[in-house]
Parts: sequence; C-alpha cells; structure tokens
Amino acid sequence: MDRVAVIGASMTRFGERDDWIRDLLAEAGDACLRDASVPSEAVEHVYVSNMASGEFEGQTGVSNMLAHDLGMVGAYTQRVDQTSASGGAGIYAAWQSVASGASDMTLLVGGEKMTHRTTGEATDVIASLTHPVEYKHGVTLPSFAGLTARLYLDEYDAPRESLAAVAAKNHRNGVDNPHAQFRKEVSEDEILDSPIVADPLRLYDFCPITDGSAALLFCPESVAREYTDDYTVVSGVAGASDTHVVHERDDPTTMNGVADSATEAFEMAGRGPDDVDVAELHDMFTILEVLQLEALGFAETGEGWRLAPDGVTERDGRLPVNTSGGLKSKGHPLGASGVAQAYELHRQLLGDAGDRQVDAEVGLACNVGGFGNCVTTTILETP
Amino acid sequence: MNAHRCPNDHLTYPGHARCPDCGEPQDDTVSLADRTAEIVTWTTSTATPPGVRQPNHLAIVEFDVDGQPVRALGQLTTDDVDIGDTVTPVHVDELRDPDAGIREPESQNWDGYRFEPA
Repeated sequence: MDRVAVIGASMTRFGERDDWIRDLLAEAGDACLRDASVPSEAVEHVYVSNMASGEFEGQTGVSNMLAHDLGMVGAYTQRVDQTSASGGAGIYAAWQSVASGASDMTLLVGGEKMTHRTTGEATDVIASLTHPVEYKHGVTLPSFAGLTARLYLDEYDAPRESLAAVAAKNHRNGVDNPHAQFRKEVSEDEILDSPIVADPLRLYDFCPITDGSAALLFCPESVAREYTDDYTVVSGVAGASDTHVVHERDDPTTMNGVADSATEAFEMAGRGPDDVDVAELHDMFTILEVLQLEALGFAETGEGWRLAPDGVTERDGRLPVNTSGGLKSKGHPLGASGVAQAYELHRQLLGDAGDRQVDAEVGLACNVGGFGNCVTTTILETP
Repeated sequence: MNAHRCPNDHLTYPGHARCPDCGEPQDDTVSLADRTAEIVTWTTSTATPPGVRQPNHLAIVEFDVDGQPVRALGQLTTDDVDIGDTVTPVHVDELRDPDAGIREPESQNWDGYRFEPA
C-alpha cells in the first residue's frame, strides 16, 4: 500500500480574532493549498474538524460551506466532531480516505471560533460533553483537571511546582511561535501565585479560549512526489476511547485511551517511544501533559512529573515536548488544535520551524477529547 | 441515587444500557443514598458556568457495596475536607439552575446528592 503523505500545512494566527468560523476555515484552507501549490480542483475529499460551531456561533454545515468557498464544489465533504480531539480524529479520517484509495487528494481543515462567548458560556459548551450525572453538578473540564491533579500529587508525592514547570516551559516555547496566542514567558512564581481556578490548579495551569484554524493536505506518497520533495508521511495513526463518565475509571490518573491509541499507532509505524524525536501533547491543563507522558510510554507511572523540571522535555532536552508552545501558550481553538499539533510536527520534520527548530525525523501528536474520553495519536515521519 | 448491577455482579453509577464491563443488561439496582463513602479526591472550582454556584466544591467519592467499590461524583457541602474523609449523601432538589446552562432543561433531572462530612 502506498503510504499517506502530508504535502501541505498551514495555520492561522491563534488568539482573539474578528473573523468568524467561515473566514477562519477558508484562511487556513487557502494557505494550505498555496503551501502545497495544489489547485482547488485537485481536491477530492474535504474534512472539517470542528466541535461546536452550531453551539458557539449558530453556524452548521461547515464542511460543505468550506468546499464552496475554496472552489471545490463537487468534492465529498464531511464534518468531524470528536470534542477537543476533533483535529486528531480529522487526521484519522483524512488518512483513511487516502489509504483506502477513495481519494487521491484530501484537505483537512480544523477550526473553532470561541472568544465572542464569555468564559462561563464557553466552559458550559465544552462541559456539555459530560454525562447528565456529571453535568448537573456543574462539573467542567477544568474541575476534572483539579480533581485529577490533587489525586496525582497526593498519590505520587509530586511537588506542585512540577506542574508549574510544564506551563513555564510551554510559554517559553510559545515566544518563538508567530502564530501563538501568548508569546510571553511566565515564571514559575507567577504561575504559583495566579488565581485558583480548580484547586490545586491555577490560572496558568489552563489553556486559554481561542479562535483559529489549521489545515493539512493529504495524498498518496506517489502523488506527493509529483508535487514536491518536501513532504512527511503518516506512519502511524490510531484512536481509542475511555469511559464517558470520568469517575467510573479505576484510576483517573491513568489515561487508558491515550495508552490504547498509542499502542496501536506505534505498532502501525513499527516504532516505540524511544524512536520519537519530538512530541506535541494535549496540554489543555498542565496535569494532562504529565499523564500523557506516562500513558505514551515516555515515563513510568508516577514519574511523568519529573520530566519538565529535569529539562527532558525542553527544546534542547532528550524529548522536546510542545515546541509550538502547546495548547497552553499557542491557544486551543477546539477543532483546530489536533490539526495544529501535526502542523508543528510537519514543520519540525521538514526543518522549517525557524527559531523553534529541533533535530527530528519522527514526531508524535496526541490529541485528547473530554478528559481522556476519546483520543487520537498520530506519528509523522520524514520519508 | 442508585448503583446499577448486571447478572455478573458488576456495579456502576450511573446505569448504562449495557454493563460497561461485560455488555450484559443491568437489571438490578442498589441504593447508595443511605451509605457512607470515602473521598477519593476533591477540588474547588472558581470558574463556574452560568447557573452553577461559585465556588463549586466537588469530589469523587467511593462507596463500598458488599465489598465492591462504586464511585460517584458530586458537589460537596464544604471545602473543609481531605482525601480519605468519610462523607454521607444529602439530597438537594436543584443542584444548578436548569434554565441558565446550555443543556435543554427537560433533557435530564436536576436534583441529586451533595456530600457532607460524616
């Protein structure tokens, strides 16, 4: 089977944008086609990763809308919603469309428009993914993070400062990302002194509310060579789920969906954790980066908190994590985030990441929906 | 506040169309309302959605039903608690304002149990 290549990638500036979902999707989609020098009429399938444009903006039918706006009328269109993991799920869908032979050119655009809502309203839209027995108690995704962080710190005797080190590291990386929402260093003291959001987690333990979009263009490797030598390949991609009701897990600090999707993605790629040169993890909350490091096999259970303070996950460390700044500093427009993770890996693998550049031939992205409810892991490599 | 039990004695709260462990129907229920539970973990959430009290104290607690653990999540009556504390359920008619949130008010019930230190 021909491998599936990524021949184009783009992302808009993340942050507070005046543009609405239609404009954001079109901006990233157009830039992606330009990046690959591929004409609109070559695109056969169009996927849009988006969690809640209907709830946020009252705009539905976004994939058909995008195809029309980009001159792709006639292409098959589909919206992919897997909550915060919509982007990763879109990668899986786009990979399937090409790998199956159904499409020789598939455009994936992920996007979300959120900042026009108040923090409370946006939080409620996201919390609507929870089970009724959770929702009626006013549970939010940040409160799940607080519950889990307290348990993790208690269970493994980990210092609170270890989570601040994750945020500080990702903010440092975001300074060098021209698309990031926040391009400002934040000290560990500032993080530890910031207002409590979900005790023991504070404001800087959480990603912001963000507008933005990102895009990738997929085709068979044989087709990619007709356009460019600068492409990457999807060597592994897989998804998995965990319990919908978070308290039904034996141990909330173990992310079974991450572990299951990673196992399958590594097997498909013929790779293991030691082969990964750079990773983009779903640091919606600082504790999530730690839990993913363990579930992905980069650290032993109960030891993931050590990697940021020890410098392992720094840009010059053994495993650079979130060179883009992560969701924490780059921002988290729900449907775009998983696509933007792969955008960063694509740029890193092509040696095109500017001041953020690390030495990498194999990259891994882990995109998490809910509080680990659904996960997609993607492995990208140089050809 | 009922845990649901399948023929293979697996217990869950809430119930599901099929047992998450074995896929069998959950034909039996066990009331948790008059039992005590232990706090597994807790948090105080200060950034709450419309219609939710602020701050909102929340906990995951674990009941012991004939030697089997069953977990639940719920509001706490106080933040003066710690992991391992024993709590009892207290019924509340309305845990949040159903008309203020994004979810259709008629789509679910809004009463339930808070947990207070035993």
